[in-house]
Amino acid sequence: MKKVEAIIRHFKLEEVKNALTEHGIHGMTVTEVRGFGRQKGHTEMYRGTEYAVDFVPKIKIEIVVADAEVQPVLDTILRAAQTGQVGDGKIFVGDLAQVIRIRTQEVDQDAL
Amino acid sequence: MKRKIFSTVVFLLLSVVGIPEAVSVAFAQEPAETAATADPPAIDSGDNAWMLTSSALVLMMTGPGLAMFYSGLVRKKNVLGVMMQCVFLMSMMTIIWGLWGYSLAFGGSGPLWGNADYLFMNQVQARLENGQPYIPVFPALKIPMLTHMLFQGMFFIITPALICGAFAERMRFSTMVVFSLLWGTLVYCPLCHWVWGGGILAYGSQHAAVSAGGALDFAGGTVVHISSGVSALICALLIGKRLGIGSEPMPPHNLTYTAIGATMLWVGWFGFNAGSALAADGIAASAFCATHFAAAAGGMAWGGVEWVSRGKPTVLGTCSGVVAGLVCITPAAGFVQPMSAILMGLAAGMVCFLACTSLKKRFGYDDALDAFGVHGVGGTLGAVLTGVFATRAVWDIGEGKPLGLIEGGNVIFGQVVAVAITWVFALVVTFFLLKVLDATMGLRVSKSEEIQGLDLSQHGEEGYIFI
Repeated sequence: MKKVEAIIRHFKLEEVKNALTEHGIHGMTVTEVRGFGRQKGHTEMYRGTEYAVDFVPKIKIEIVVADAEVQPVLDTILRAAQTGQVGDGKIFVGDLAQVIRIRTQEVDQDAL
Repeated sequence: MKRKIFSTVVFLLLSVVGIPEAVSVAFAQEPAETAATADPPAIDSGDNAWMLTSSALVLMMTGPGLAMFYSGLVRKKNVLGVMMQCVFLMSMMTIIWGLWGYSLAFGGSGPLWGNADYLFMNQVQARLENGQPYIPVFPALKIPMLTHMLFQGMFFIITPALICGAFAERMRFSTMVVFSLLWGTLVYCPLCHWVWGGGILAYGSQHAAVSAGGALDFAGGTVVHISSGVSALICALLIGKRLGIGSEPMPPHNLTYTAIGATMLWVGWFGFNAGSALAADGIAASAFCATHFAAAAGGMAWGGVEWVSRGKPTVLGTCSGVVAGLVCITPAAGFVQPMSAILMGLAAGMVCFLACTSLKKRFGYDDALDAFGVHGVGGTLGAVLTGVFATRAVWDIGEGKPLGLIEGGNVIFGQVVAVAITWVFALVVTFFLLKVLDATMGLRVSKSEEIQGLDLSQHGEEGYIFI
């Protein structure tokens, strides 16, 4: 199995979520994160003190996929999340050792 | 060791206070003989209603007004620390005022301090007179002594709370408590007596020869704003800068609180200024107008300066400008016309903007929430400009004498003298208090406590528990 972590723009969450569920992905975890790559931040001014805010708010989606399913899922995410502007985000794919469903203790493929 | 000293001090204070209180409750309080034939002075229901309302408005200025304004400006880990300072001061300063503060500020009309007439609310509270219940009325006014005491007490609360802005995010709570008790007693009460209790700064008082005839201070430019602002500066200098200031980002963690707080201060200030007319009369209406116009002009000025110089007006800037305008008009509220109020608000917005940006940067003191920049500088500006714009047309307090420069009067000399005396007095006494407290209790929390945040280190609480 593979763990897919996608860092995407905030407003793309609904679109990516819908694309994934239509594709057949039935679960995901979402967190609000801050980060930067090539997209620059901005400056804020509070009573004469300037702050350079480098980190940009993004959304991280985490899903677990069977090996055979990885490429179609990546294509789905790319299609939904892309705008063509700097700051679209990144996807990280890593190996996953084990998955367990807590309620039934099903393992790996049965737990997805 | 320092914790033991704190407990001992508190215990001693409670004993000192508790014994006389027990004594006074045990014995009936007999007032001086009153003429049995004269009609008792009347309470005007309109005046009393307005003054009680004003008292509530001014209390609201401390909490939630100032509590929200200040807490939004600090980092998340210190949000409760600020609020606790405000709530605790609302409680403690009230008790002090009722026990001895009011008497020390308003008892008698000696030159330098009050007397013991009103200790424990003696001669203020209701009593039996010739077997009938009687509520003492404040001389020359149509409100009960109780109402006057309550109204003034709210000022006694907010003044030390303003100082909290200077030492935010690093002051020990226990030391702040003792400091506020002592500062209120030793700085506020005498100063209040000098200006409003017939003492050496009171306009037209017998004791005011030493101060060029005394000063016009309608609602507390000197008593509240200069005293707290200047004391704040000394606090900031002595307690030192926050860890990480200049290198770590410390933007306000919740400007929504600050905006809510600032607007609450605006509304509450109508009680602060218009209520200082001590009656529901024409002067109150004029003061209300001047207050409102100055606030509005201050907001436009600060926001406007930002807009022009940096391209964007900010919420923090506009709110700060509003407060600066309100501070500036405080001594002038019942003495100046609406157009003058607008000019004063504009001046305050711009001058305080400079004080909070350039001046602070130039001298490098960490007045965390700009208590000096807004209250010290704004109050000084306001007190002096009162000498420019005051007019007999609003309040003929000099009974025929012209007041401000605009009508050829010379009260401005008294204004400047009062400002100077207030500055020196507040600086000297506050410096002394802080030095003593630093040696005995310590002003500042430890480094690890400061990093952890005051909410946890001083109060064992977290402001926000989201996940």
